[in-house]
Amino acid sequence: MNTKLLLQDGTEFLGTSFGAPHSVSGEVVFSTGMVGYPESLTDPSFKGQILVLTYPLVGNYGVPDPVYWESEKIQISGLIVSQYIDTPSHFESKRTLSQWLKDEQIPAIEMKDTRFLAQKIRNDGSPLGKILISDHISFHDPNKDNLVAQVSAKEVKKEGKGNKTIVLIDCGSKENIKRNLLRRGLQVITVPWDYDVFASDFKFDAILISNGPGDPKMADKTIETAKKALEHKVPTMGICLGNQILSLAAGGDTFKLKFGHRGQNQPVVLEGSKKCFLTTQNHGFAIGEMPDGFKPWFTNGNDGTNEGIIHTKYPFMSVQFHPEAMCGPFDTEWIFDYFIERL
Amino acid sequence: MTPLLKLPKKILVLGSGALKIGEAGEFDYSGSQAIKAFKEEGIKTVLINPNIATIQTSESLADKVYFLPVEVEFVGQVLEKERPDAIAVSFGGQTALNCAIKLYEKGILKKYGVRVLGTPMDSVILTEDRDMFSKHLSSIGAPAPASRAAESVEAAVAFAKEIGYPVMIRAAFALGGQKSGVAYNEEELKETAKNALVFSSQVLIDKYLHHYKELEYEIVRDAEDNCVTVCNMENMDPLGIHTGESIVVAPSQTLNNFEYHTLRSAAISIIKTLNIIGECNIQFGLNPHPKKGRIEYYVIEVNARLSRSSALASKATGYPLAYVAAKIQLGYRLSEIKNQVTSVTQSFFEPALDYVVVKIPRWDLEKFKNVKSSLGSSMKSVGEVMSIGRTFEEALQKAIRMLDIGYQGVLDKKFPDDKCDIIKEAKTPTPKRIFALAEALKRGITVEKLSKETGIDPWFLSRIKNIVDTQVSFQKEPKLNRETILHLKQLGFSDRKIGLLCGKTELEMRQERKKLEVIPAVLQIDTLAGEVPAKTNYLYLTYNATYHDIEPFHKEGIIVLGSGPYRIGSSVEFDWTNVHTVLALKQHHHSSIVINCNPETVSTDYDISDRLYFDEISFERVADVYEFEQSQGMIISVGGQRPNNNAKKFAAYNIPIIGTQADDIDRAEDRNKFSDLLDSLHVPQPEWNKFVTVEEAKSFSNRVGYPVLIRPSYVLSGSAMNVCYNESDLLEFIEMATDVSKEHPITVSKFIEDAQEIEFDGIAQNGELKVYAVSEHVENAGVHSGDATIVFPPQRIYLQTEQKIVSIAKQLVAALKVTGPCNIQFISKNRKVYVIEMNVRASRTLPFISKATGINFADILVDALFGKAKRIEVEYKDYVVVKAPQFSFARLEGADPVLRVEMSSTGEAAAFGEDVEEALLKAELSVGATRPKKGIFVSIGGDENKVKLLSTLLRIHKLGLPIYATEKTHKFMKANGIPSKRLYKIHEQMSPTVLDCFKQGKIDLAINVTDYRERDGLQGYYVIRRSAIDNNIHLIMDREKAFLFVKALTEKKDKDLLVKAWGEYR
Repeated sequence: MNTKLLLQDGTEFLGTSFGAPHSVSGEVVFSTGMVGYPESLTDPSFKGQILVLTYPLVGNYGVPDPVYWESEKIQISGLIVSQYIDTPSHFESKRTLSQWLKDEQIPAIEMKDTRFLAQKIRNDGSPLGKILISDHISFHDPNKDNLVAQVSAKEVKKEGKGNKTIVLIDCGSKENIKRNLLRRGLQVITVPWDYDVFASDFKFDAILISNGPGDPKMADKTIETAKKALEHKVPTMGICLGNQILSLAAGGDTFKLKFGHRGQNQPVVLEGSKKCFLTTQNHGFAIGEMPDGFKPWFTNGNDGTNEGIIHTKYPFMSVQFHPEAMCGPFDTEWIFDYFIERL
Repeated sequence: MTPLLKLPKKILVLGSGALKIGEAGEFDYSGSQAIKAFKEEGIKTVLINPNIATIQTSESLADKVYFLPVEVEFVGQVLEKERPDAIAVSFGGQTALNCAIKLYEKGILKKYGVRVLGTPMDSVILTEDRDMFSKHLSSIGAPAPASRAAESVEAAVAFAKEIGYPVMIRAAFALGGQKSGVAYNEEELKETAKNALVFSSQVLIDKYLHHYKELEYEIVRDAEDNCVTVCNMENMDPLGIHTGESIVVAPSQTLNNFEYHTLRSAAISIIKTLNIIGECNIQFGLNPHPKKGRIEYYVIEVNARLSRSSALASKATGYPLAYVAAKIQLGYRLSEIKNQVTSVTQSFFEPALDYVVVKIPRWDLEKFKNVKSSLGSSMKSVGEVMSIGRTFEEALQKAIRMLDIGYQGVLDKKFPDDKCDIIKEAKTPTPKRIFALAEALKRGITVEKLSKETGIDPWFLSRIKNIVDTQVSFQKEPKLNRETILHLKQLGFSDRKIGLLCGKTELEMRQERKKLEVIPAVLQIDTLAGEVPAKTNYLYLTYNATYHDIEPFHKEGIIVLGSGPYRIGSSVEFDWTNVHTVLALKQHHHSSIVINCNPETVSTDYDISDRLYFDEISFERVADVYEFEQSQGMIISVGGQRPNNNAKKFAAYNIPIIGTQADDIDRAEDRNKFSDLLDSLHVPQPEWNKFVTVEEAKSFSNRVGYPVLIRPSYVLSGSAMNVCYNESDLLEFIEMATDVSKEHPITVSKFIEDAQEIEFDGIAQNGELKVYAVSEHVENAGVHSGDATIVFPPQRIYLQTEQKIVSIAKQLVAALKVTGPCNIQFISKNRKVYVIEMNVRASRTLPFISKATGINFADILVDALFGKAKRIEVEYKDYVVVKAPQFSFARLEGADPVLRVEMSSTGEAAAFGEDVEEALLKAELSVGATRPKKGIFVSIGGDENKVKLLSTLLRIHKLGLPIYATEKTHKFMKANGIPSKRLYKIHEQMSPTVLDCFKQGKIDLAINVTDYRERDGLQGYYVIRRSAIDNNIHLIMDREKAFLFVKALTEKKDKDLLVKAWGEYR
């Protein structure tokens, strides 16, 4: 079925639909990872976004069982690839990517100029766009919505057994964060983004503020919780959006990057060393102003922007990248160990 | 930037020597990048590499070059003389690494206080000793297939019983998987193990992982333990086919995120335990259907050096692996090394590709008689192509055309309709397997069935099926609308192929396509998939995009065509001229645009040209680039025969050729026209004619007298050329040749025996010679010039002969209005000079001549193209340079090593000396010869040969080693008072036989000169020749070569082989 992608500035790309046959609008972003589309599609950080994959062949290994996803459903609004592969080959594949997208009502198009589109996004910033298939719809800026509220857990959930308990504030958390915590013998209590853990009746030893979609300033309730955590000296870790939330709670500020970091090959340098790690990233904002009492923890190896902060005295730390990987390299999984050792 | 270690002042770099199967142009690339990386730091570099055709041995790179064998004795002397403070051992392949291990183990490195750069030698040895490596893997908990080293066939059999068949057998310390294979039973194991033990003291027996996927990761690690995998690659063929023999894709296509990153993490953790510093390659076997868990894999091998795969990875991603490895070895951290491609990021990252890369090896097995054509765990290919596309289909079909073997796409090879068992063809790994897969799918074999039989992942087969289905449906109903044509182009169909499918010529199809506005886009390889703006000059064309990444150069640009895949007859020597032409263009203030598709070359390096199109050298693609760039013109004379073949088409399409014009090229290449030209100039040529019937050819041959030479019209490295000594030869070869090319008549010419062959290389401007050099063959005419041993300056040519040659050359150059390079081959007998061939392009000998004379002919070539060449007279100095061919027969199971008019060598090495004997001996030692220490076998066919070699036999006697000989040679020697032990041929049914003696290791030099008139003799000695190769005995088959080699052996002691740098000879 012929279809098109229309950007806010009027740029139009023709393509063929291979997902759900309806139109959708959202913010158009790209990722340069070469593997991991099931993980990316189910990553709640992409909520409200139309995702462009720059690696041109997508669908190669089909879709695995939901236990391997990063959340219980596809989170992106739409998918754009250069060549859709409808003949997957993998022992874990349960269905084709196209079938999955149709099952979950997500539109997708195959169009050739994904590289040009990525370059355009890189230069102009992420535009609003819409995949037009049958119905006419208007542009919609997801950043004006409280996306965190949309993807966050709706209720409190306890999992795992262990001597220590960690609260995972789910702002759109990837499953692999929880898997990493459980694997390390912690009890994990997942709470909604706006849940006040300090008013709760359960005891906990630490807080982890997860990744998530959209503008961190919209997650006001989470910022409040983070402030309390800092006051009460509760060990706190942040990942991606959690990093920005922690930084805002501590009095820091963020700014928009000229070129965002979007892929699985972003180098970060551990401050005070020459150690480099390769990380998965997907963000357009970075911490500009360092909050009081914190120092830079990681710095981007390419553009020198901040990639993580750590408190000089207390176990407060956060990273802009994804130590839980999935998709991407496992090189910074040790961050979880580092944090847990300090509980 | 502050390196961790104190920078060395002087580094000795070990090269890889002559190009051979398993070790080819990739090490010119890696060595050249390393030398550049060292030089940038102000470090002096000294290079040992006898490969005179390489770019790394050019004046502009290393400060000092020694054209000497990469052997302990010579390297030790260079160390003593040069006293470098460091040695770089990982840029010269297995040859350099093996030499370094010996230097280390003998304490020579310690003696001279030389630091080994990069990975510590103990780690290198650990990765090279397969048994130790296997133990290391178990000790760190890395999964390794059950494996053990065996030093005898019996031990190998016992272990195989323990772990069960099939098993993989590999020789330790061998390059490119030499002498290895899979055995399904004891008999096969015994045979393979026995063969492997001839070359190596140890064989490794592994559990064979049937139909596992094979994956590779290229890793760089700095001294502070920072580590990235630059590229992962997936072999299309399942485990068991050497990665150099496999179709390889990058990145992997069938791995999910978990598998990709689990293997990546495993690779990194293993490399860390090995303390690799620099670059290395790790290979995994992955079970496509794990029995338990999400992943089941084994570590197959680690190469602690730059490799063929790393060259491919470097070109596939744009990440300059060798350059970065060299900087790391100096002590820099990855994050301190600038990303040379983007210029804004650094080297600690893993490239993101937004395209897919397909590599296909190029084999030339049909050039060898009796060779076994099935592929396995040892290398047989002589080169490779790499293609870039945005669909697998596009990349695959591009790659097939890049091979330049006459196929436009996957369905182009014809298999007999009914009788042929297509599944068997698809199942057997051979060079034609890719075509058999497509044909099988066309014949309705399902992807599932084919995958089960071949072990090739259904993913690849489904993609091939997509090509097949598209072609079949287009052929049924050829719709020439935009949608259909665009779709075909997006799947990699050429204009010519589409035209063939719908009854149009290539040019008609091209016009039709352009009318429909189906035009390829020019995209950059930027290492970051467009995430960051890059200043890269590295480009490819695709129909799976509609926007160009760049603007054309317009008139400032000049296109330079490369030579495509290395093959028998076209190798690094053409890349040398290509690179130097490109470099010289800068001096003339032109922007160079290189088109080439060979990942082993230096011409495709990121810092050579102003623009590099890593793409096809086909007419279609070149015209696409020309039309996009709107260039001033094109240089086609510096890429061997490949670009030349399209000269007429380019001219007809109005692409300006810079240099000799297409019509004049044609007058040199078309035998009729060239012959007429020679006649009109009264230049003698061996009598010849063209024939379409056998009768005509027969009567001609009878008239001029046998032997005669037969060949087809256009010749590349003597394809289908043969000497016929009688009528039955003639009939047999005509039949063979007709198969090669039906449209073209067969050419028969008088073959002049016992004639000297002479090479003339020159550069002309508007028909006027500006510089030239004459060199002579050691072997008489009849041995292909690529297989000949060449001497400069000539030692045996009369002054008058040389004067005649030069005067003929001047006439020809003027008649053809040559501008640029040319090479003329002459033969001379009884002071009469004949022209046998002329090529109006840079020849194989150009780098040799340039380095031997000290005059860079490529620079003058470019001057000539722009009308600025000055006349230069080559002076004969008081040294001699000899170039010797490198053969790779040991790699090609069964291949007859006989020398013929067809070329069979894979490379060359050269050496300088005070006289021809010294230079020859050094050159021969560089290509695998050794001084005999055990015994010498002699068998000389024909009375004339025996008499002519009597002095040689007397010299051999003086060497004081046992001499072994066959019947007639034995008698001849006895009659002349030379004692020898008689050996028997198998049919004589007496012992000791020649073969026994070879196997028992009593012989380390075999001289087997055949009388070519006796075809029975020629064939009868096949077993002996082959056995010499299989037992690693240096074999000499040419009379003149035997004479000179033995003379050199007796006259030159080790101390006479002077260790002098190139510069000391000038």
